[in-house]
Amino acid sequence: MSKPAERPLARIAASAGLLALVILWIVPTLGLLISSVRDKDALAESGWWTALSASEQTVFERTASPDQQIETADGWVIQGQLEIAATGYTITAFGGSQRTPNEGAPGSTVTLRNGTTLSIDAQGNYRFVSPDEPFTGSRGKRMFFSYEKPASFTLDNYKEVLTEGRLGQAFINTLTVTIPATVIPVLMAAFAAYAFSWMPFKGRNWLFAGVIGLLVVPLQTSLVPLLRLYSDVGNALGFEAKGYAGVWMAHTGFGLPLAIYLMRNYMKSLPKDLIECARVDGASHFHVFTKIVLPLSVPALASFTIFQFLWVWNDLLVALVFLGQAEDQIVLTAQLRALLGTRGSNWEVLTSGAFITIILPLVVFFSLQRFFVRGLVAGSVK
Amino acid sequence: MSEHITSALVAIAIGVLGILAYFWISNAILDALIGRSRRPNKEVLREQIRPWLFVGPALLFLFVYLVYPVFETLYLSFKDENSREFVGFSNYTWLFNDPEFHITLRNNLMWLLIVPTLSTIFGLVIAVLADRSRWGTIAKSIIFMPMAISFVGASVIWKFVYHYNGDVANQIGILNALVVAFGGEAQFWLATPLWNNLLLMVILIWIQTGFAMVILGAALRGVPEETLEAAIIDGATEIQIFFKIIIPQIMATIVVVWTTIAILVLKVFDIVLAMTNGQWETQVLANLMYDWMFRGAGDFGRGSAIAIVLMISVIPIMIWNIRRFRQEEMGR
Repeated sequence: MSKPAERPLARIAASAGLLALVILWIVPTLGLLISSVRDKDALAESGWWTALSASEQTVFERTASPDQQIETADGWVIQGQLEIAATGYTITAFGGSQRTPNEGAPGSTVTLRNGTTLSIDAQGNYRFVSPDEPFTGSRGKRMFFSYEKPASFTLDNYKEVLTEGRLGQAFINTLTVTIPATVIPVLMAAFAAYAFSWMPFKGRNWLFAGVIGLLVVPLQTSLVPLLRLYSDVGNALGFEAKGYAGVWMAHTGFGLPLAIYLMRNYMKSLPKDLIECARVDGASHFHVFTKIVLPLSVPALASFTIFQFLWVWNDLLVALVFLGQAEDQIVLTAQLRALLGTRGSNWEVLTSGAFITIILPLVVFFSLQRFFVRGLVAGSVK
Repeated sequence: MSEHITSALVAIAIGVLGILAYFWISNAILDALIGRSRRPNKEVLREQIRPWLFVGPALLFLFVYLVYPVFETLYLSFKDENSREFVGFSNYTWLFNDPEFHITLRNNLMWLLIVPTLSTIFGLVIAVLADRSRWGTIAKSIIFMPMAISFVGASVIWKFVYHYNGDVANQIGILNALVVAFGGEAQFWLATPLWNNLLLMVILIWIQTGFAMVILGAALRGVPEETLEAAIIDGATEIQIFFKIIIPQIMATIVVVWTTIAILVLKVFDIVLAMTNGQWETQVLANLMYDWMFRGAGDFGRGSAIAIVLMISVIPIMIWNIRRFRQEEMGR
């Protein structure tokens, strides 16, 4: 391409276009994140994009009780400070009845129906005056007013979803599924990939072509037979058909084609002399693999490990089919989906819940992005 | 809780150590049985057996989890819901006469045309723009980020975007808020046929554009400088360079990206399950299959028939992949 510096206009246009796309991409996630730390009620009433601006709330409080009225030159007076103002909020308007809560500006005086007057200043100091007769009754008079509620954020939603929403337990279950289901296929595929690249044996190319074919086989064709197989084996041997061991093996089976493919391509690209020299020196394939090839293949191992980790962590289908959906086995994605069904409009639960399910993959992803990208490119561009 | 963690850790240790032990012990046994002698015929025999120790576990898993099930599913698709009696082609005749299946096929076709195409176009545009921008790396990270998010998580994110809270002025879903701001009327978008399909597709495009961007970005960097410089000297405009020089050179990669996303699209399940569960004419094959597997007592015959339809639709891509591999091997 022509050097960007030579065409400043083109560069500005490119930057603007890119900025627009980036905003488009980030806004949905941003909405989730901001909403997850907003107050439950605020979340249900106003859009998350208003979260940073203060909101106005209209409420009422009662004056002190008429017992505390004092007689002055103006008449009988009840005075004091609004409780809300005492906690630091600013009063923006007030009024004497429910219908006119914003009648007076702070500091002004409003005359009410029966000749009484009310004044409230911005700090919430109120003065209720009855010029002709004393206040009666035992309860204070009602004062309606609006106050400015500054933006506030809370972690309550997270507390709720971790305990009541059971995401805490689900998080641990997901880790239990993910770690073995990532490590086992990586080990298995590394050995197989070595054999496919450096050990001559009959039918090697045919078998590897088969592995490439299996890359695209949809998971769906495996579900029914495996479900039947698991329940038959479970019945015969007397254990539950649904459990962690079954899921680990399923993820291993489904992850192997890509793992073998990626690692074989990488190992094949290692220098031939290196392996042949070691063999001539009398090292067995087992030693060549563990001492030479495996340490050199760390980048490929890392790429696939990240792939498989993200895939297993984010999987819903395999977990729904092969794991129980009770508390001791349910994974994050399945629990979040259950919450979508049962608490479909409780956005405080859903947004914080979704964030909990995506936080670990995001951390892994951003810290190891380099390896992930390398793996993607190796897996596709040939 | 702590009990649970302990048992998880034990399980992890057993799984991982078990697999390591297998490789170590099986190789040691082989060495012990067929001696360490350097006599040629023994050596040859040993080295003929060893590859199978290396590939054995992987082949076993591939067979049990992917190869055998394809044939078993085909077999079960000719049996009844409990897999007891043979019913011939009746699962298929039912399927092809089922109105829901017709909608499903239409939707899958729409997904297949729209999602890979738009993801590829967006990915290419972003890769090109990011290459010319100082903050391109950050931009790419942001566009790439959804790749790490689960389909269910993404569904929650977007369901919130599409949220409709009744016929009121202040909508909390940003889509409806924008519609209202521009004078339109807020709607329950997910229940509006055809629109809802597009809105579900947006989620997958949002996720997959990052993938297309990364792969195409790598291909763009592989375009030789000389061809570009020659074109500039010849006075070609940037648009001409892009369409006549760059695109033809990365065409093979574009096809790979398109087909990779297409395969993913065929299997899309989580998004539809979480967003609409196939209601309001948004059903897709993978969700329909899941639905029949567990609907009522579960109908394995019909479920298998739907799985076979899915399988058949990926076979062309499978054959193409294998042929490409064999050509490459010959080129080596």
